[in-house]
Order: sequence, then structure tokens, then C-alpha cells
Amino acid sequence: MPETSAGTLTAPAKPAKQKPGGTLYRGREGMWSWVLHRITGVAIFFFLLVHILDTALVRVSPEAYNAVIGTYQTPIMGLGEVALVGAIVFHAFNGLRVILVDFWSWATRHQKVLFYIVIALWVVTMLAFTPRHLINVFSH
Amino acid sequence: MSTATLEAQSTDAAIQSFTVTFLIRRFDPDVDTEPRWQDFDVEMYATDRVLDALHKIKWEQDGSLTFRRSCAHGICGSDAMRINGRNRLACKTLIKDLDISKPIYVEAIKGLPLEKDLIVDMEPFFASFREVQPFLVANSKPEAGKERVQSVAERAIFDDTTKCILCAACTSSCPVFWTDGQYFGPAAIVNAHRFIFDSRDDNAQTRLDILNDKEGVWRCRTTFNCTEACPRGIEVTKAIAEVKQAVMRGKP
Repeated sequence: MPETSAGTLTAPAKPAKQKPGGTLYRGREGMWSWVLHRITGVAIFFFLLVHILDTALVRVSPEAYNAVIGTYQTPIMGLGEVALVGAIVFHAFNGLRVILVDFWSWATRHQKVLFYIVIALWVVTMLAFTPRHLINVFSH
Repeated sequence: MSTATLEAQSTDAAIQSFTVTFLIRRFDPDVDTEPRWQDFDVEMYATDRVLDALHKIKWEQDGSLTFRRSCAHGICGSDAMRINGRNRLACKTLIKDLDISKPIYVEAIKGLPLEKDLIVDMEPFFASFREVQPFLVANSKPEAGKERVQSVAERAIFDDTTKCILCAACTSSCPVFWTDGQYFGPAAIVNAHRFIFDSRDDNAQTRLDILNDKEGVWRCRTTFNCTEACPRGIEVTKAIAEVKQAVMRGKP
């Protein structure tokens, strides 16, 4: 910027490259497990919020409650339940991993292995759950 | 490391050099309102370090490039920066360990106020460091003419955390620190750990109380970015976990 005189606060006419602010920090297994843990945690929180509200509807009127629960029986909600169970299963297994990492020095050193064990357990659980659940959803 | 560079330059034909593209995130507070990326092509040898590239750019291409470095041998901790999205010391990152088929991204560390180009204001970082009392507090008097005796086993407990060079690579790699600048950060906890577990020190309780704060060790979410980033190979997250357990036990 040789042409900009001192004292004038002007941005360069147009930056040569329109790039995003900074690069994404390239954390490894630990950071991504935390990101997933946070996302699933927030998702589960909002599910619980809605779930408590719809359950509380029974106090308002049983008909309203039945109407709301009826809308949950659709295939779209069935797929949503797969996502919900997936989030809960990951959050549960990874939560156990975080406890181990905090309390057991061996686990602190081997957190990456534990992360892949969490993923493996998640895959196994979902393989067992998803087909059975979807058969129920789509066969009635 | 520096001798390797000299040799590489003198035996020209034998050693292959590469043109490496560096994308550097520049920010001049007098001119820019926002940081911008600028690219530089530098002729490099595989044995060169990212710091050598920054020197070449500053000395041969653009003298306004601003960065910190002091010893240039991984001891002083001045040149921590984000290289290809990870916190590294520029003086310990060899070109051969990077993928030079793509541009190498270099930018300032995250979470501390950006001052110019690759320089950030380290004051918040050092303020947290000072707050944990990173010095020996001993009430005991050693026998006249003797030192305070410590066994090899007692020394080994905190050996790892004595290696810290305060480069801020760990603290500025921490997602909690990015969003919450009040968090003490890994480096301050590492330096507290160094004295909390020192058998000669008598002030562990005070430090544990300081770190039991809302912004203390409990902010740690074990993302292990700090352990990954540490140029000295300190197991930072493990040290933080040990401090957490000491806080719970109420003693080191």
C-alpha cells in the first residue's frame, strides 16, 4: 500500500485474494471428539426440551397430547429417531471416554485409541439398532 | 540445523531446491481494517525451516513482514505461529515435513489480540501465567550450607512441566481459550503444576485454590490440542488432569 498516505485509515482497494478470515484450526481426534460431543449434547438438550413440553401437554388435554404424539409416527420422525439415537449413543460412549481421560493417566495417554473405540462401539450399536428400527418404522 | 542450511547453499548442484509458496496472513494496523492473505514464492531446501522462509521474505522480498523470533533454535519460544492450521514454532518446522505441493499457510496464533502480521499481544497470556505464582515458595529453612534435598522420584513427578518455554502454542490452540479469554489456559496450568508437585514448595494449596476458580482447570474440555501443539512435547492435558485430581483431593 505505498499510495496510501500516512494517517488515512483505508483498506486496500480490493484484497488480491478473497479468502476466509483465518484457517480452520486443524485439531486432531481430541478436538473433533469434543466438537461432536458438544453438537450432540446441544441436540439432545433441544430434544429433551421439546420432549418435556410435549409430555407436559397431557396435563393440558389428552387429545392435544395424542395429536402431537400422532405426528411422531411418521417415517420422517422415524429417521429423526435414528439421528437422535445416534447422537445419544455417541454422547454416552464419548462421555465415558472423557471420564476415563480425566481420571486415569493411561487413558489420558491413549485418548486417540479410546476415540476410535468409541467410534467402533457407535458403529456396532447403530448397525444393531438402525435396521430393526427402520423395519418397524416402514412396516406399519 | 543452521549448519545444514549453510551446507545446502554451498553445495549447490548436489542438493535440490524447491519453490515453495507461502500464504501469509498480513495485518498492518495503520492501513488494514482486516487481515489479508498475501502470497510469496520462496526458493527453499528440504532442510530449511519455516523461519528461514520468513527471513528470506523479509530480507529479499518484503521488508515490512513482521514477526517475532529470538534464538531461532526452539528454546526462547518467540516464534509460535499457526502453520497450515496448527500451532508450531517456525524455527522447529522443517520444509521437508510439510506438503509443498500446496501453499503453506502461515498466520498468527489465535485467541490473543493481533498487533501486526504474525505478532500478537502476549500480555493476557503472561497475566494468567503470573497469576498462578510460578515461583518457588518455601517456608522451610535448609540446614546451613545445604540445599533442600529432593529425591529423584520426587523430581520426576513434575519433570515434564519444567520444560515449558512459554511460547503460547498450547494456550492459543485451546478452543476454550478462543471463546473465553478469561480461562487461565494450558500454559499457566502447566507452570502451576510445575510448583504444585514440587516437594520443596509450600504454596501448593494457594495455587490449587486459584485454579479451582470458575475460569480454572474445570474449563478444560480435554481436546488435546495443547498436547498436540506443544513444541517441547509436554503432555499438557495430562498435567491439567493431574491438577484437577489434586484440586479434588485437596492436596497435591
